[in-house]
Amino acid sequence: MTQESVLVLTLAAAIGTGTPLIFAAIGGVISERAGVINLGMEGMMLIGAVTTFLVDNKTGSPVAGFIAGGVAGALLALIHATLAISLRANQIVCGLALTIFGTGLASFIGKPIEGQGLTKSFGSLHIPALSSIPGVGPILFKQDVLVYLSWFVALIASLYLNRTRTGLSLRAVGENPATADAMGLSVVRMRYAHVVAGGLLAGFGGSYVILRIVPAWSQAGTTNGIGWIALALVVFASWRPLRVILGAYLFGVALQANFALQAKGITVIPAEFLAMLPYLLTVVILVVLTANRRTRGAGAPAALGLPFVRDER
Amino acid sequence: MIAARHISKSFPGVLANQDVSFDVAPGEVHSLLGENGAGKSTLAAILTGLYQPDAGHVEIDGVRVSLKSPRHGLALGIGMVHQHFRLVSQFTVAENISLGDRKQNWILSTKKVEEAVREIGERYGLPVDPRARINELTVGEQQRVEIIKTLYRGAQVLLLDEPTSVLTPQEVTTLFDSVRTLASEGKSVIFISHKLGEVMDISDRVTVMRDGKVVGNTSVTDTSREALARMMVGRDVDLSAIRATKPTGTPLLEVRGLTAKSARSQVSDASIVVKAGEIVGIAGVSGNGQRALAEGIAGLTPPVGGHITICGIDVTGKGSVAARKAGLSYVPEDRNGTGLAPSLSISENMLLTEDLPFLVNHKSAVAKAEEAIGAYSIKTPGASTPTRMLSGGNVQKVLLARELGHDPQVLIVASPTWGLDVGAVEFVRSKLNELRNQGRAILLISEDLDEVRALSDRIYVIFEGKIVMECAGEGADVTTLGLAMAGASA
Ligand SMILES: Nc1ncnc2c1ncn2[C@@H]1O[C@H](COP(=O)(O)OP(=O)(O)O)[C@@H](O)[C@H]1O
Ligand SMILES: [Mg+2]
Repeated sequence: MTQESVLVLTLAAAIGTGTPLIFAAIGGVISERAGVINLGMEGMMLIGAVTTFLVDNKTGSPVAGFIAGGVAGALLALIHATLAISLRANQIVCGLALTIFGTGLASFIGKPIEGQGLTKSFGSLHIPALSSIPGVGPILFKQDVLVYLSWFVALIASLYLNRTRTGLSLRAVGENPATADAMGLSVVRMRYAHVVAGGLLAGFGGSYVILRIVPAWSQAGTTNGIGWIALALVVFASWRPLRVILGAYLFGVALQANFALQAKGITVIPAEFLAMLPYLLTVVILVVLTANRRTRGAGAPAALGLPFVRDER
Repeated sequence: MIAARHISKSFPGVLANQDVSFDVAPGEVHSLLGENGAGKSTLAAILTGLYQPDAGHVEIDGVRVSLKSPRHGLALGIGMVHQHFRLVSQFTVAENISLGDRKQNWILSTKKVEEAVREIGERYGLPVDPRARINELTVGEQQRVEIIKTLYRGAQVLLLDEPTSVLTPQEVTTLFDSVRTLASEGKSVIFISHKLGEVMDISDRVTVMRDGKVVGNTSVTDTSREALARMMVGRDVDLSAIRATKPTGTPLLEVRGLTAKSARSQVSDASIVVKAGEIVGIAGVSGNGQRALAEGIAGLTPPVGGHITICGIDVTGKGSVAARKAGLSYVPEDRNGTGLAPSLSISENMLLTEDLPFLVNHKSAVAKAEEAIGAYSIKTPGASTPTRMLSGGNVQKVLLARELGHDPQVLIVASPTWGLDVGAVEFVRSKLNELRNQGRAILLISEDLDEVRALSDRIYVIFEGKIVMECAGEGADVTTLGLAMAGASA
C-alpha cells in the first residue's frame, strides 16, 4: 500500500463517517431555526438506527430500512414538539429526557438482536467520469447513494431557508415569533413541522450509521455519542446548512485519524487519545466560539429555546 | 370610508371602550386624542381586526364588516403601525415586507419587493434602503418600513398609534409631510396621539376620548388647544413651562469626562454640572447613552474613566451605596424592575433602600408606607399590594415617595412622566419643581423634548454617548435641539 492510497482511503472513509453528522446536524439546524433546541438528537439517532436494522433485516430492503429509521426519529421528535411547543416545557430538560428515553427504548427493542449483523445494505455507487479524477474521484465520487443524498439534503435545506417563502416564515418564527404571529403565520404549526422534520433527519443519521458504518447492532456502541457532536456542529456551522458539510467532514477526519495512523503503524500518539480527539475537538470549538465576542451566538436564532406565548396587549 | 358604530370592549376590570362611534372620510387625517389609558389603542385594535368588539361593529364604505384578524383587516384595506414595531430585526427591509405575503411566489423574488419599496418610498417621501437590515436602521426609518409595509399590501386606511413618540422633531416633520401626501391621494389616516400640538398641526378632524368614551368630535378649525385639553382631561390643566425662580447655588453634582457602559448603552467623556436649585435636562433620542450616563453617576455601573462628585464628595468608582450616602437618589426609567421589585409589596419596596437592622419591623414599615400612600395619593387596595398590580402613575408615585423620603440633595430622574396620565404628570412635575425651589439639584433625563423644554433651566443634548450641545432652557429652539439630537451639529 502506498502512502497516498492510505491518505485517499482515510479521506474517503472520513466522508462516510461525516455523513450521519450531516443528516443529524441539518435536522438540528432546521429545528433550531424554528426556535426549538433539540437535545434529544442522540436518542433519535439510536431509535433510527435500531428501527432501520429491524426493518432492513425483515424486508431485505435497505431503502425501506432507511425510510423507517427516519420515521422513527420523526415520531420521537413529535413527542419533543408536543412537550416543548404545546406544553411549553423547558426545552433543555425535555430534550435530555428524550435522549435518555430514546436510548432506553432502543436498547429494549434491540435486546433480541444484540450483536447480530446486518444482512443487506447499500453498495458504493461510482459516478462515471467524476470518479476517475485522480485523488478527488475516489474520495468523493465512489461513495454510496446516501452520501450523495446528504449533499442534496444540505443544498435543499440551504435553498429552502434562504430562498423560499416558507423558509422566510420559518426564520421569522425562530427570530421573532411575535412578529411572525402578527403577520398571520402560525408559530405553533411551523415549529411542529420543523421539529418533526429535524427528527426525521436525525433518524436518517442513525440509519446511516447502521447501514454503512457499523452494520451490527450493539446497544452501547452504535451511535457512540455522535448525536452530541451533531449538536455542536449546528453551532459550529452558525446554523447554516452548507457549512454543516464542512464541519461534518472535519469531524469525519478526526474520527478516522485514529485508524489511519494505526494503519501506518504510527503509535507515538496513544490510540485512546486519538479516539478522544473528536470529542475534544467539539469542546475546543465550542469554547473558542463562545469565548470570542464576535462569534458568540453568531447566527443563533434570537428566540432559540423560548416558548411562544401570544401576548394579548 | 371607515366608521365605528357603538363599539364597546371590556377587559377584566376595565371598560376600555364604551359605545364609541366615529366616522373617517376618504382623504381625511383624523386624530384620536386621549390620555394614556383612554382606550385609543384598544379602538385601533378593533378597527384593524386584532380584537373583536363585545358590542357594536365596524363599517367600511357604509358596509358592515366583521374583521376576524389583522390579516383580514389588511385585505379590506386597513393597515396599522403599532406603538411597538412588528419587524424581524435580523431581516432586511425587503424580507420583512415579504414576510407572510401570499402574493409572493414560493421561490422568493425580493427584486420585485425592492422595486416596490423604492417606488412607494419616492411617492410618499418615505426613503429607505430595501436591502438594509432592520437593526441597522434608526427608529424613524423602521417606522417608515412599517408604513411602507401596509401601503405595499394596499392599505387605504392607515392607523398610526402614537407614531411621534419615538421620533426627533425633524423626523416628525417628514412624517407629517408623508401623511399629508397620503391624504391628498384619497387615503384616510387615523392619527393616534396624546400630544395636543401635533394633533392641531396634522388633523382635519379630532375625536377626543376619555375613560373609554368619546367626549368630543370636532374639526380642528373649530377648536383650540385649550378646548381640546379640557375635553381630554375633563378639567383645566396647566402644563406650561416652569422655571427656577431663585438664582442657582453651588454645584451639587459634578461629572467630569465620564465614560461608562451599561447594557447596550454607552457614554463617553461626558461632563455635566448641576447646581443647587436647578433642573438640568438631558435631551436625546432613546438609546443614545442615557442609561449608561444615569447608571454611571448612580454608581450602578463602574466608570471606565472620569470623575463624579456629589455634594463635594468624590464618589468615583465607589458604588451605589456611596453615591446614596453622599446625597444622591435615582429614579430609573424602568420603574418596575430596576426601581422597584415588582412582586414585593409597597411597604417592602419602601424598605429596600434603607439601612435595616437584622430583624425587620414590618409594622412600622407598613405605617410609613401608609403615610406615603396618603401624602402622594397613591391608588392601591393597601400597603401590602405588590407594586406590579399598580398602574404606571401609581408605581411612579411609590418610587418617588421612597426616593424623596431620603431627602436627597441630588436627584436623577429618567423619563419620569413616561406613560403617566395628565393628572400624574402634573403631580410629578410639581414635585420636581418643589425640590428645585428647596435648593436641590435635579438631573432630568427624558426623550420627551417638550418635557425637557418645559422644566429645564439648562439643557444638554446627548447623541451617541456624547454631550453634543448645551444651552439655556428658556427659549431653547426646537429645531436646533432636534438637529443636535440627530447628530447634525456634532
Ligand atoms: N389586553 C388588555 N388586557 C387588559 N386590559 C387592557 C388590555 N389592553 C388595554 N387594557 C386596558 O384598557 C384601557 C385602555 O387601554 P388602551 O386602549 O391601551 O389606552 P390608550 O391607547 O388610549 O393609552 C387601559 O385601562 C388598559 O389598562
Ligand atoms: Mg396606546
